[in-house]
Formats: sequence, C-alpha cells, structure tokens
Amino acid sequence: MAFISTGYDPAKPMENRITDIGPKDYNDFYPPVIAKNKGKWSHHEILEPGVLVHVGDSGDELYTVRVGGARIMSTGHINEICDIADKHCNGYVRFTTRNNIEFMVDSKDKVEPLKNDLKSRKFAGGSFKFPIGGTGAGVTNIVHTQGWIHCHTPATDASGTVKAAMDALFTDFQDMRLPAQLRVSMACCLNMCGAVHCSDIAILGYHRKPPMLDHEYLDKICEIPLAISACPTAAIKPAKVKLANGQEVKSVEVKQERCMYCGNCYTMCPSMPLADTDGDGIVLMAGGKVSNRISAPKFSKVVVAFLPNEMPRWPSMTATIKRMVDAYAKGAQKYERMGDWAERIGWEKFFEACEIEFTHHLIDDFRQQAYMSWRQTTQFKF
Amino acid sequence: MAKHETPLLDQLESGPWPSFVSDLKAQAERRAKNVEGVEFQIPQDCVADLLGVLELSYKHGRTHWKHGGIVGVFGYGGGVIGRYCDQPKLFPGVEHFHTMRVNQPSGKYYTTDYLRSLTKLWDLRGSGVTNMHGATGDIILLGTTTPQLEEVFWTLTHDMNQDLGGSGSNLRTPADCLGQSRCEYACYDTNALVYFLTNQYQDELHRPAFPYKFKFKLDGCPNCCVASIARSDMSFIGTWRDDIRINQDAVNKYVENDPKYPANAGAFRGSRDWGKFDLEKEVLGLCPTKCMKFENKKLSIDNANCTRCMHCINVMPRALKIGKDTGLSILVGAKAPILDGAQMGSLLVPFVEVNPDNDYEAITSVIENVWDWWMEEGKNRERLGELIMRQGFQKLLEVTGIEAKPQHVSYPRTNPYIFWKEDEVTGGWERDVDEYRKHHLR
Repeated sequence: MAFISTGYDPAKPMENRITDIGPKDYNDFYPPVIAKNKGKWSHHEILEPGVLVHVGDSGDELYTVRVGGARIMSTGHINEICDIADKHCNGYVRFTTRNNIEFMVDSKDKVEPLKNDLKSRKFAGGSFKFPIGGTGAGVTNIVHTQGWIHCHTPATDASGTVKAAMDALFTDFQDMRLPAQLRVSMACCLNMCGAVHCSDIAILGYHRKPPMLDHEYLDKICEIPLAISACPTAAIKPAKVKLANGQEVKSVEVKQERCMYCGNCYTMCPSMPLADTDGDGIVLMAGGKVSNRISAPKFSKVVVAFLPNEMPRWPSMTATIKRMVDAYAKGAQKYERMGDWAERIGWEKFFEACEIEFTHHLIDDFRQQAYMSWRQTTQFKF
Repeated sequence: MAKHETPLLDQLESGPWPSFVSDLKAQAERRAKNVEGVEFQIPQDCVADLLGVLELSYKHGRTHWKHGGIVGVFGYGGGVIGRYCDQPKLFPGVEHFHTMRVNQPSGKYYTTDYLRSLTKLWDLRGSGVTNMHGATGDIILLGTTTPQLEEVFWTLTHDMNQDLGGSGSNLRTPADCLGQSRCEYACYDTNALVYFLTNQYQDELHRPAFPYKFKFKLDGCPNCCVASIARSDMSFIGTWRDDIRINQDAVNKYVENDPKYPANAGAFRGSRDWGKFDLEKEVLGLCPTKCMKFENKKLSIDNANCTRCMHCINVMPRALKIGKDTGLSILVGAKAPILDGAQMGSLLVPFVEVNPDNDYEAITSVIENVWDWWMEEGKNRERLGELIMRQGFQKLLEVTGIEAKPQHVSYPRTNPYIFWKEDEVTGGWERDVDEYRKHHLR
C-alpha cells in the first residue's frame, strides 16, 4: 500500500492550491426535462405510493420513483444507484432532504421497468435495497444522526434504532392510509445534530448520568478552562484533587444536580466520559411539525421520558411508536397532523389513546417556558 | 469469513427496510476481495473493523469513539471532523477515522459521472462509507486518516471542481428544497439563491470567525420541506403578495370528484377509503382564516385575509396556484433545544424581492447587518436566537434598520414594562430637582 500523492506538497501547502470554489454548479446536474421546465411546472400528482408525475405547462411529463435509503451508504451501494440511473434515467438521480433517492424518467412507459428493477434488488440479508414509497399521507424516511457508528457523545445508536423503527413502520412507508404525512426523526443525544424537535415523532438518545472524572489525566489532556466554559449550565468548576498516591492534581468538580448530560464537556475534555449502559437510553417526543399548513409550526413534546437501550432492535421503542401511529391513524381527521390531533382531543386523551403512561418527568421544569405548558384553565377532560 | 463476529448486528439484516449492516458487510467483502485492484490508501479492512467496533457498542451500550484533536486542511477551519477509536488495538483499521464534509449541490441533483468520480476517490483514499446526506445537507465521507485529508481535498478541488462544506463556529453549508426545478409551489429559485449565497460567503463558511454555528436554509414555500423555520438561524421561505390564481373549471372538476383531479394531488391514494372529496369540509372548513367561499360553482378568496398557509393549494394543485408577485420572508433565530429551549424562527422581514440581477442585494444586506451585530455582541457559543432573546427583538430591528410592524408579533406584549430610550421621551431624562421642589415641598 504505497502512498500515492496527488501532487500536494506538505512543505509548500500554498503551491497550486485551489480554495473557496464552493459546490458544483447545479445546472450541470439537472436532467434535461428539469432544465427545460424549471419554473414552469403546472402541477403534480402522486399516482401510487412512491410514484409521482410532474406536468409542465409545456405538456412535458416527468415521472419520479422515490425509494428509501439507509443514510449510511457504501460506495458500492452508490455505484449500484448509478448503474440504475444509467440504465433507466440517462445518468441522472437525486436525493431528498429525508435521505430518499429519486429516480426520474421522462415518459410513462419507462416507469414499470424501473420499478421492477428497483423491487428486484435485495441485500444478502434479505432486506430491500430500494423500497418504493415515502410519499403523501404516509411515513417517509427517518432523518437521523451518526450514533455509535461515528460519534463521541451518542446515548444510543442512530442507524440501528432507525432500521428497527422503519421495519416496524414499513407498511406505512409503502401506503398512504394516514390522515396526513407523518415525519419521524432521530437524534442520538440532546445536542440534536438532527434537529428533531419539530417532528410528528422524534426518537432521541438521552444520557442520565453526569460525567465521570479521570482526575489523574484530566489536567494533562484537557484545557480546564475550556471544559468549564463548555458547560451550558455552569455545573463545572475548577478543583484540586488528592489522588490515591497522595499527589495533588488540578482537576474539576461537577455539581451533579445541575448537569443536563449534554456531553459538551466531554467534547472539550476526553477525561470526562459520560456514556453508561444503564444510564443511557431513548426519549420519545411527539406532535411537532414544520409546515405552516393550516396550523403554525410547533415543537414536539416529550411523551416518554425514558426507555432503555435494547440492542439490537429496541422492541419497547418500536412498540410504543407503532401504538402512536396506529392511534393517530384511527383517531385523527383527514389532513390533521399528529400534534393537531393531540391538541384537538387534549393531551390527556392522547396518552389514553396511545396507551402511554404519563409520569411526573413529563411536566416541564426547565426555566421560564415551563410555565407556558402548565394548564391554566378549568377546561380539561377526565 | 468476516474478520469480526457480529451476532447482534446480524439481527439488523432481516426485515424489509434497507439494512445498513448488510451494506457494510458487502462493502467489507468488496474491499477484502479488491477485484478492481485499488491501491487502498487507508487500511483495507477498515470497514470490517467499523462493524467490529459497532458490534462492541451494541454489546456495551456505549460508544467507542473519541472526539479528536485539531485536524483539517490547510487554511480552512471547518469541513473536517477528527475522530479516533477508543479501542485501536482491537480495531486498528479505524484507529484514525476522520469525517470530511463535501458541499452538496443545490437540490441534491447529481449525474452518475460525478457520483462515480466521488466513489472512486473515496474507495482509494477513504473507507468507502458515506452518508447521503448529513443532517445539514453535506455529502459526508466517513472515515479516513490524517495524511489523506489534503490529498482528498486536492482531488476534489483540482479534478472535480468541488469544495468542502462547513463545520465548527462558521457558516454551515446552506441547504435548500428543490424549489422551482420540480415544484409548482416554489415562489423563488431556491437552487440559484443557495448557490449564490454559498459562493458569496465562502470565507465565512471555511474560516470560523463567528461566535458559534450559523445556518441558512431555503424553503421555496410555506410547506417548509427542508424545515428551515425550525433549524436555521436564518430561514428564507418563499411567499407572495398578490392573489391566489384560481382556475374555476378545475375547481369544479375537484368538486365533481373527477378521477384526474385527486384531492391533495393523490396523497390519499392508499389502502384507506376516505369517501368522496368534499370541498366545503376539506378546504373551506379547514381554511385557518375562513377567507374562502364557494357559491354558484364559483370559488372566491378574500386574499387580503389569506395567510398563505398552502392548504387549499396543496389540496387542489390543478385549480389553485401561488400568486405572481413572489418573493420570500426571512425568519431568524431557530435552533434545537440546547440550551435555553428550542426556538422557532421569528419573522424579521415579511417580504423581500428575490432579484438575481442585483446579486440579491435586498437579502444580503439583511444577512450582513445581522452578522455585524451578532459578531460584535454574541458571546462564545451563543446562537443568534439566544442573542435576540438576551438583547431583545427591538434591538434586532434597530441593527437591521427594519421598521416594527404588527406582523412581527403573534400578539403585543402583555406587560407594560417598556424600556424607553431617553430620546424617545420629550425633554429627555435630565431634570432640575430644585426647579421641581419649587412646586413640590420636601
């Protein structure tokens, strides 16, 4: 495995250096029918789950077949996507914001061969490589974060919880039986790289134990002021600690009752790890949305304070999610998002309908906005 | 024969949803066989070791990654995230396993030629594992060693005309919906604007000079498919100021339940039968401002009272079209809950034109005014939304030179504790107490 140089010379990093050129020009990536009809689309229609047609003012038609994808994707898998796009779509393909893949063809007779090709491809373990669906009043792909595959602060795995949840929701990925679209999102710690806080259902990894302190190494490895300033609740202060061998070292002290387990200190200081087998697990949130349709966008609410990590398939989590989706499908009116449904029937009825136990952890006690969520009326349901 | 036994992960191969475990196993095998004779620049068995370390996490219920050190490419402060395994002896192939963020194209359209050049590069110089795409929008290249970073960057910039995305306290890679390229609802060309802004602010994207991260997201209409209103410090959402265009013939086709005019563009064509489409109940009855009427087969909209929620247009896309006087609204300060709780974007500019002919001057002037204030006043790791909370929305209006309007609030303040400025009060605050005492005895 000899080192192959591109021509970059570490001794002269500025030589022939190209910087600040930005992304590729999107115009080079448009399929011809997109380039021609851009800004002049008349309407679209979902023909069946996962298949759309867009009709231009020109009369041109563009058929799109949407398929789900694991967002973690190998180059081998991407090359296979390219093979399909070369075979059916003249070498064009796109991805959606929610990690779906869209294959586009310019006439209706190309749709069935494309669909059949996509349906026929399976992984060695038996799962679909390219399941068709994710449109309209159904469940689309789950957006998520890295989890245990590549992050230092996750409280759970992302790809695994998403695989388990999507297996449980798979019929709704390929159907459109729900009252409205249902968006599920996943973030593996409270820092929420995945910004799941406005989703119909959010899966959130959560730690419940403050960091451990590796006093012997802390001052050698970490900049103590950086660790202290990383704490969003000011729970960390400098401390002098006597080690077992009698040596006094500089370290930190954590006011444990102030810790919100965000792991920001661990990012700055590897001597403050917080992951824990029993402490870590899943929070479920529900009822958020980002669309301005009918009602204003709203935040998701915590509906399950904690579920343990149950590797490899998180059965308690998937069962709770399935109960929520089925109760919503049964109870909500056409066009009503999950949060709108919960507000109409009242959250007390939401917990009843979804068979979820309400616990004291679900009453907000964090800073000023907590008050806004308490019931300030005599109107409630028994 | 797999390098590591993965009995827990193997249970994620069954079930219908695409299995990332199966994909990674196949990738590990491809690297082991190396039919194409790639001269791998990082350990050939890195994907096998990635599966191994992940299996260990499934056994322990804990991550085995460390955040890591300062790595990057020369002159940039973002785009690369250092990552090291905490069990390097067991899994030497992933001892150093850094992430690179590659700036995705507008609308996430690709040619296969481009994608193949990327996979070829990443097979040679990295793990061959990616995210398509990361949460912010970038193409994520997952796993390479420090010496390969400059080499990957060189090939990207020299051979592919492609730059890295953002990370750290800088402008994060802006992201958009597909906009007018394939959507009749889009009120402006999101693809063009996100491309312009990304190029315009390359310095801010690559060289961290901000108090914290800053995100732009662009939605073509109020349906907000990229969730800009919830997850970007500055959210650009398409809108219009004139009337919704109505095709009365098409309205009546919907009313008559013509199969070519399915409600909500066919979004309910699933296993459930919702019965016949009912315009009164499903459109007029759900209109949040009740500004619509249907009389004598004619639909009318009181556009002055419409809040452009998109519901009627979504339900009857062949009959109703967005207006022609289009532009965008700018909302600011959205962020996830950490720390003071989640914030939704707050409306700062109700309407601004989207004009490529003057380099979107009306938009960039708002951006730059906001940045000047935030860079001057923002504390370390303070998001824009938190600065607005700390110094007040009025201060934001002042620094951006935007006049207060009732559109800026859901309702006016419920307390009278107005902090007047001295120059707003006739005569100012300097007064003569002796003069006062002439009329008011001690």
